[in-house]
Amino acid sequence: MNKELTKHFAQGHSSCAGCGFPAAVRTILGEAKTPIVVANATGCLEVTSTIYPYSAWKVPYIHSAFENAAATISGVERAYKALYRKGKIKGRIKFIVFGGDGGTYDIGLQSLSGALERGHDFVYVCYDNGGYMNTGNQRSSATPYGAATETTPAGKESFGKMETRKNLMEIVNAHRVAYAAQANVAYLQDLKKKAKKALETEGPSFLNVFSPCQNNWKFPTSQYVNVAKLATETNFWPLYEISAIGGSAYGGENGKYKITHEPSQPKPIAEFLKTQGRFKHLFNEKNNPVIDRIQKMVNEEFARIVSLTGE
Amino acid sequence: MEEGAIIKHNIKKAPKTGEWRYMKPEVDKEKCIGCSTCVPFCPEAAIDMKHETRDMKQKNKKPKADIDYEYCKGCGVCAEVCPVKAIVMRKK
Ligand SMILES: Cc1ncc(C[n+]2csc(CCOP(=O)(O)OP(=O)(O)O)c2C)c(N)n1
Ligand code: SF4
Ligand code: SF4
Ligand code: SF4
Ligand SMILES: [Mg+2]
Repeated sequence: MNKELTKHFAQGHSSCAGCGFPAAVRTILGEAKTPIVVANATGCLEVTSTIYPYSAWKVPYIHSAFENAAATISGVERAYKALYRKGKIKGRIKFIVFGGDGGTYDIGLQSLSGALERGHDFVYVCYDNGGYMNTGNQRSSATPYGAATETTPAGKESFGKMETRKNLMEIVNAHRVAYAAQANVAYLQDLKKKAKKALETEGPSFLNVFSPCQNNWKFPTSQYVNVAKLATETNFWPLYEISAIGGSAYGGENGKYKITHEPSQPKPIAEFLKTQGRFKHLFNEKNNPVIDRIQKMVNEEFARIVSLTGE
Repeated sequence: MEEGAIIKHNIKKAPKTGEWRYMKPEVDKEKCIGCSTCVPFCPEAAIDMKHETRDMKQKNKKPKADIDYEYCKGCGVCAEVCPVKAIVMRKK
């Protein structure tokens, strides 16, 4: 057992062997320099870390419901502020939310928006595994175009999910938070830096972390790092940060968007898609145009981000 | 019924997830270059960097990867990310 890594989040949790999110959670928590309080939306992370009567959390932790983790942390943070002002608590405490993509892009979006707008001092972490994994792989608005899920099965009439992914980073950015970043569990050094910045930010900050699900993306248990690497090497999941309030976070006015890791020679999107069973049907000849369309979407989104870096 | 809703963290009670394993990672300590790449990627935080013997420590040799089989679920991620293929997955 690694003592340092299990300081905040213990071993013995029951996520599937080879799941992507534990390394992301530990890396983020490892950057905390102050005491922290965690709120967690319903989902795989919450379910696998809190099977009664056990808890993998060694920090104060609160689970309320699927849709309101951001509202919950808002209340906790305000209570802390009130006690701090009265001198009943001394020192800084930082508040962190973990939510899945279902809990963030979809059902918790409204409470997230409220908390970002009110300006609570917290970090919201979305671990994006592209679907409602805990309930058996239903599509979410983060599920990639073309992916087969339980609710978007591939077949004669369907090539899987027919809608494009919601751009959550843009929605978060619309709140003009001081710091928002997209990260990937395969790039832990990059994630570390972003977690540090997010935790140092006063007021709300946001991290969207790519987090493979071996079970429902259908790849061998040993592959999450390789699959996640390909997501960034193909530009499917660009690593970048947005400092919306000039200067207060990092980069300032001129560096609103910053790409933190750019593949020198992006790989074709098929390299990423072919590693996972959820995209298997796309390699039938009749679905070739779908892969072309995905490639176009990836290229256009990456070009859009590059154009915003001012480079 | 237990009273209240407070669960104190007690690691001694943690489920021993090593029981899940059907493939076992084995570190070849000769091959391991002590780079720690595998450590943070292990979803179970089951890998430590350890000196095999006190002698190694005295000789200022690098510590090597050491796996806690009580919690290792046998996913094979460590073997996959190791740059020198020092970890081999074997049937249990
Ligand atoms: C209001 C409500 N609706 C539905 C559920 C059932 N439910 C539990 S976890 C889950 C999926 C969560 O998906 P996501 O947030 O992406 O997390 P993941 O499990 O993928 O990590 C659902 C639908 C619930 N707990 N509460
Ligand atoms: S279903 Fe997927 S996300 Fe959930 S614990 Fe298993 S591998 Fe992880
Ligand atoms: S096989 Fe998986 S759980 Fe076991 S030590 Fe390697 S990475 Fe960790
Ligand atoms: S990645 Fe390989 S070489 Fe590096 S510490 Fe782990 S086992 Fe040793
Ligand atoms: Mg999900």
